[in-house]
Amino acid sequence: MTAWMGWIPALPLFSSLVLLLLGGRMSARLVTLLGVGSVLGAALLSALLIAGFVSAGSTAVSVMLQPWFSSAGLTIAFGFYFDGLSAVMIGVITGVGSLIHLYSAAYMAGDEGYARFFGYLNLFVGAMLLLVLADDFLLLYLGWEGVGLCSFLLIGFWYREPANGYAARKAFVVTRIGDIALAAALLIMIQQFGTLHIQTVIERAQLEWVATDWPFWVALLLLGGAVGKSAQLPLQTWLPDAMAGPTPVSALIHAATMVTAGVYLIARTQGIFLLAPRIMELVALVGALTLFLAACSALVQHDLKRVLAYSTISQIGYMFFALGAGAFSAAIFHLMTHAFFKALLFLAAGQVILSLHHEQDLRRMGGLLHRLPFSALCFAIGCAALAALPLTSGFYSKDAILLQAYGLHGGSLAWWLALTGAGITALYSLRLFLKLFFGEVVTEPRPDMRPTLVVPLALLCLLALLGALIPQPLGAVFAPLAATEVPAAVHGAILIMPWLGLVTGALLWRYGRGLRQRWNDSALARGWRAGWGFDALYDGLLVRPLLLLARLNRKDLADQPVQFVAWLSGCAHAWLSITQNGRLRRYAAGIAMGAVLVLMVVTL
Amino acid sequence: MESPGLVIPVEHGLLFAAVLFCIGLAGVLTRRNLLFVLMSLELMLNAVAFVFVLAGAVHGNADGQVMFVLILTLAAAEVAIALALVVQLYRRRRSLDIDSLDGMRG
Repeated sequence: MTAWMGWIPALPLFSSLVLLLLGGRMSARLVTLLGVGSVLGAALLSALLIAGFVSAGSTAVSVMLQPWFSSAGLTIAFGFYFDGLSAVMIGVITGVGSLIHLYSAAYMAGDEGYARFFGYLNLFVGAMLLLVLADDFLLLYLGWEGVGLCSFLLIGFWYREPANGYAARKAFVVTRIGDIALAAALLIMIQQFGTLHIQTVIERAQLEWVATDWPFWVALLLLGGAVGKSAQLPLQTWLPDAMAGPTPVSALIHAATMVTAGVYLIARTQGIFLLAPRIMELVALVGALTLFLAACSALVQHDLKRVLAYSTISQIGYMFFALGAGAFSAAIFHLMTHAFFKALLFLAAGQVILSLHHEQDLRRMGGLLHRLPFSALCFAIGCAALAALPLTSGFYSKDAILLQAYGLHGGSLAWWLALTGAGITALYSLRLFLKLFFGEVVTEPRPDMRPTLVVPLALLCLLALLGALIPQPLGAVFAPLAATEVPAAVHGAILIMPWLGLVTGALLWRYGRGLRQRWNDSALARGWRAGWGFDALYDGLLVRPLLLLARLNRKDLADQPVQFVAWLSGCAHAWLSITQNGRLRRYAAGIAMGAVLVLMVVTL
Repeated sequence: MESPGLVIPVEHGLLFAAVLFCIGLAGVLTRRNLLFVLMSLELMLNAVAFVFVLAGAVHGNADGQVMFVLILTLAAAEVAIALALVVQLYRRRRSLDIDSLDGMRG
């Protein structure tokens, strides 16, 4: 079983290499075959691997494929580690990934960058698989940077639009701040243990770091890396802008998989986090604040994809909250169900956007229920799962998070924020659904029902409804939680909260037209729409001063000596080139005069 | 190998060669027609060759005449190539004005 584990990331990586090098000369059919086929192949291999893993009793396997390099006492191996956590991650990545690839084949058909798109998308899947399978922090970091690169390339995929390029740069620079924190954490590990082998580092940390400050700093730095990649406070500003990329990219990278890499990182290094209780509290607080702020922002967005982007930030906030509370398996459970229903929502949104001739503004949509019944069905299921209505997958995972967090820590501030967030989530899910499918028809849609668009959506509908039934082999990864008694009132509140949001939403929709109008124009709503002003804050605090400095120092002071040398040789050049006038007779005269001069010197 | 009778002093020979060389040089520097430039060049070569013969005669050494033969062959080779170039140049540009050939100016 382990012998061909290396093929799982190798298939998409190889196909991306072929597509990026030769894609321009291949027919669209061949590109589709290679691009979609490689990920489907990886999905099949993953399914076989997971089946074998579960039937073998879910014991973790470590596979050393190849020594990578060895330098100054640090030996890095190219190896994979496969346990329940990796199994869930590769299942989500290749499963959801192949559905989205299939959908992309229809969505991107006819685009001039078709082969380039699949090349990047395959590279992303390969890098993400490396990230979650890595047995070594450096290999994990390679995948981590690889997915960051693909995110940059795909946000700016339509690079002729300057705004897209700006969004891509912003995503790259903001996540880079987190990446530096992660790199610093790795350097501390090298300095302390002389190895980056994940399991060794965690084991030795638990033995040697118990009474030291190291867990605090390393966990803080790892958290810094995680908030950058997963768009949590305070580095969340890049994700809403990342929606500039094609919609399947938003579904795969900026909703279902890449942005959950931070959750994976914390879950993978839980052994270090558990040594630093203060950082665990910080993780929970960051998650709760993020989920609340992002949910408020999602409530007032006008752009369909930005609503979904803020809801993604908010849902990842739930995962961070669960991680911080110690409910690791609930966090990973929510990661999986979120991947299903958020991919469904994004792909359905893509279908609506295609049908409306690339219209994304909610104010110019409405009344699509009878015109796009299939999209309406997908949105209904997706929104229900997002709002955590009973019997959908989102219900079980969010319920698990809130219940277990309460059992572990009681009603802390973070918990109350998370509970309120559940209500707001239901409210904005309903708002999105009503805005799209009810009210007056503003733009006449052109339904698009190609089977490659419909089949992935139908499968994702099933997953979003029934995904909670998929068992997660996490028993050996996370320590089981002690069973605690949760008051019935609390459980009741968790169950009622989404309905409260729905009823409020329905009442506002039915009777509160004037109120909604006034609310939309209020200063608070405008602030929320701008993401609580974080963009403006960072712009004023960091971007503008930097630009000002750059402008002041346009004639770089340190450059002047170098510039002087260049200027001097330029003068010499101008002076000497006068002599090169192309006149043969002048040259001859020069030679004669030179000869006379030499003779004079010799004779005198 | 001093011969009896009228003997031409060495200085006269050298002066003659110098004058011949300077005439050639002046021709190279002032003439604009490429053919005349080449002819002036021949003049300069011959002035040099003459000095070799003269030196050979003064010192009673045959090497001077050997050098003369060498210079003669060199001049022949040079003329063969140069005339071929001149013919090609004339065919292409319909002119032998050396000042118009300044395509290599800096």
